[in-house]
Parts: sequence; C-alpha cells; structure tokens
Amino acid sequence: MTADSNATSDNFVEIRNMTFKRDSRVIFNNISLNIERGKITAIMGPSGSGKTTLLRLITGQLKPNSGKILIEGVNINALNRSKLYILRRKMSMLFQSGALFTHLDVFENVAFPLREHTRLPEDMLRDIVLMKLEAVGLRGAKDLMASELSGGMARRVAMARALALDPKLMLYDEPFTGQDPITMGVLVKLIKQLNDALGLTSVIVSHDVQETASIADYVYVISGGNIIGEGTPQALFADKSPAVNQFIHGLPDGVVPFHYPAKNYAEELLC
Amino acid sequence: MLTYIQQLGRFGLTFSQRVGISGIFLFNTLVRKPRPRQSFPLLIEQLYSIGVLSLIIIMLSALFIGMVVSLQGYNTLQRFGAEQELGQLLALSVVRELAPVITALLFAGRAGTALTAEIGLMRATDQLDSMELMAVDPLWRIISPRFWAGLISMPVLTLIFDMVAIYGGYLVGVKWLGVDAGSFWSNMQSGVDFRIDVLNGIIKSVIFGFFITWIAVYQGYFTAPNAIGISRATTKTVVYASLATLALDFILTSVMLKGW
Repeated sequence: MTADSNATSDNFVEIRNMTFKRDSRVIFNNISLNIERGKITAIMGPSGSGKTTLLRLITGQLKPNSGKILIEGVNINALNRSKLYILRRKMSMLFQSGALFTHLDVFENVAFPLREHTRLPEDMLRDIVLMKLEAVGLRGAKDLMASELSGGMARRVAMARALALDPKLMLYDEPFTGQDPITMGVLVKLIKQLNDALGLTSVIVSHDVQETASIADYVYVISGGNIIGEGTPQALFADKSPAVNQFIHGLPDGVVPFHYPAKNYAEELLC
Repeated sequence: MLTYIQQLGRFGLTFSQRVGISGIFLFNTLVRKPRPRQSFPLLIEQLYSIGVLSLIIIMLSALFIGMVVSLQGYNTLQRFGAEQELGQLLALSVVRELAPVITALLFAGRAGTALTAEIGLMRATDQLDSMELMAVDPLWRIISPRFWAGLISMPVLTLIFDMVAIYGGYLVGVKWLGVDAGSFWSNMQSGVDFRIDVLNGIIKSVIFGFFITWIAVYQGYFTAPNAIGISRATTKTVVYASLATLALDFILTSVMLKGW
C-alpha cells in the first residue's frame, strides 16, 4: 500500500476529478472534494442525488469510472481484496437501517467485529463491548435481540458496533432519517461527542439540514452529479445561489422543480 | 423475425453471463484458505438449521411414500402371485429413485427457500454490506458454511429417507397386508446391491445437494434488495432447483444404468 505522493496530511479522504456512471446515467460528473482529518464533514443534497453512492465509493464497494479516491493518501481503487480489507479496518459505516445482524442479540452484534478480527479473552471482550454500549447509552439493552429494538436504538447499537474496532473514519448514512425529535437530538449529540472524544474523522450524508448543520464543520451540497455549494454551515445559510438557497431553506419550488417532468397539464386533461 | 432473433441473442447473452457469475461466485466460495477453528462452529450451526430442521418433513414424507409404494406394489404383484417380492420392489424403488429425488425436491422446498430468503433479507437490510465493511468476507462467513452444510445434509437425509420409507413399506406390506416377514426381508437383501443401488442413490443425492444449495445461495446473494426481489428469488430457487433435480436425475440414471 503506497501513499500517493500528492496527498496532503490534513485530509483523511480526497476525491479527485471523480466521475461515476450507472449504465449511461452520470451520477457524479468530475467532482473533487476533501474530508479533513478530525472534522465532521457533511454531504447534503436532495434525495436521489447520489449521497449514499458517494459513501460506497469512499469505502471501495463501488469503483469510479475515472478519477481517484484517496484514503490517507492511498488510492482505494488500486488495492486488491486483501489490502482493501486491511484498509477497511480503519473505517466504519453506520447504515440507514442500522444493518444489525438479526440472528444475534445486541451484545453479540457489538462483539461481532471483535470476535472476527481479534483473539481477545472472553472477559476482556465483554468489557470492551459493555464500554461501547455504555458510550451509546444502551448497556442495559445488551440482551435484547436486534428485532426488539426501536429504530433509534438500532442505530445507536450499530454505532457501538461501528466503534468496536476503534476506526479512524466514521461514515454515517442518513443517521437522522425517520427519527423522533428526542432520538434525533441523542444521535446529533453522540456523533459530535464521539468525533471529538475519540479523535475521529466523520462524514455525515444527510438531507436533514438543521441537525446536520448544527454539528458539521464543513458542508458539501451535491445535486445533479455536481457539487453545487460548499463551505461552513454559516456560509451556506448565507449563500444566495438559487440551488443552494432552495435546498438549505427547504423551498418547495425552484431550481429543483416541484413537478416531475410531464406533458402539458391542459393537453393531458383534454386528450 | 429480426426482433425474435434479437431477443434470442439477448437471452443467450444474459444466460451465459449469469452462468459465468454463478461459476465465479461458487469458485470464490469454495476456493479459499481453510480456517477450520472459526469455520467448524459455523458449519455445525448450519447443519442444524439446514439438516436437522428438515428431518421432520423428510421422515414424514418417507413414511407415507414407503406405505403407498408398498400398497400399490402389493396390489400389482398379487395379480401375478408374486407378493413375496414386495420387499425387493420397495427397496429398489426407494433406494434408486424415490429417496434421492423426493428428498431433493423437499430439501429445495424446505431448506433451499429458507437459505434464499435468509440471505436475500440480509442483502436487503444491508447486513452483507455491513459485514464487508467490517472487513469480514460474507462469502466466507455466510455462504460457505451454508453451502457445505447443504452438501453434507443431502446424502444423510437421503439415507434417513431410505430407512424410514422401507419401514413404512414394511408396516403396510407385512403388518397390514400379511406378506411373510422372512421373505419380505430376505428378498430385499438378495435383490439390492450396495454399490449399484445404494451407493448410486447416495451419489445422486450428493450431486442434487450440490446444485440445490448452489442455486439457493446464489439466488439469495444476488437478489434485488426489496420485497419483490426476495419473493422472486425464493420462487426461482424452488423452480430451478426442482427442474435441475429432475433433469439431473434422468442424466445420472441413464449413465448409472449403463454401468459406469
């Protein structure tokens, strides 16, 4: 694994001139962005703008058609399977669904990566799992099955599991979607606390503007395969460009039209 | 006409592509560095859910099939005064054909669908992706133990089918219809050859097990991650596995009867 000579040490992830297509549809058109080490970077954009796809590109599950994705200076797409797996131990992803293993209880879900990658004695493993569950406030739920958890609890358990191997990079895929205000507040606080206390680098993909902006250090807004805006949350709230303004302030109509493309309304009614 | 040829060509390409993908999938599942210490408990777990949990349906079906064959056989043999040959007829029908084929069809319906649905649901709920992101290869952790468990379970279930069906036939033939127990068993013993009949039946069951489990795990792993996708994949598993079993049975029987 050789580091790219142009990599800068301040950035954990660098995406350079990356283009990604699904069949003939362009999802990302020559985009470049940096994820700064130790910071919370938010990727925002309307539904279907390819935010989750971007996370899958960063983790090496998908390969770009052109351009480079560098993780700590290493081009992730040039790695073979075993080297990719070694690199993936530095990163963790929190899926929108939580993606907990339904045949295991909460304790075993968090213990899973430890059992797979370490040879820790059982009592030490137990202590680590309990510490991770304590960090997300769910030590008391350790014996529940994954199917018995609410959506918010499942995400917190998934967060504990994601932290089990002490990753350097945490990727959150829509962590706030479908959560009640209390759970949302808990998740916002947890993401911020964990990032600062553990010295992580975090990437949040979300379209929940207020919650994400409250903890993000830097925000990229993507739409139509391009980065349409970037900057600190304050800078984006002040941004007057129509596309960014519509998304950040949640305006129903604008550059992104309310209506799906269709034939003329009157013509269709009369025919 | 042109459209027809175009469709045929597209079908051919898609089919070849799928065969290729499933072949690579199987190769990647089977050819890997052995990790017996971690793999063994996973295999035992799967042997339980694939093999042991299929026992009830296999044994009940075997009992009824043995009883029906005995009943039908007795009625026919009686016309020629040959009811003493019932044991041989029953054993040959069961051991050569009925046990491997019916076990395979039941196995596809019970264990095959369960495998596809389970793996498909893991795909739909991102469990396989999350495993991969934890640097744990799902082919090793999820697919491989299920594949080997299916391959091991099928011949064992077939042997159990053999025994239960013969016992079912014995109950009807000897205990109910009054065939002499001595001639029932001795004719069976003299008429059944271990290598030609029993072993060939087991070989068939191993081959059926290989294809059924391969189809089931492949359909689950590559399912579209939604409710319709899982339902289609489960249906495909039953249809493809059943057709493969019946087609393979014809090929294997014709090869075996010619004395390979």
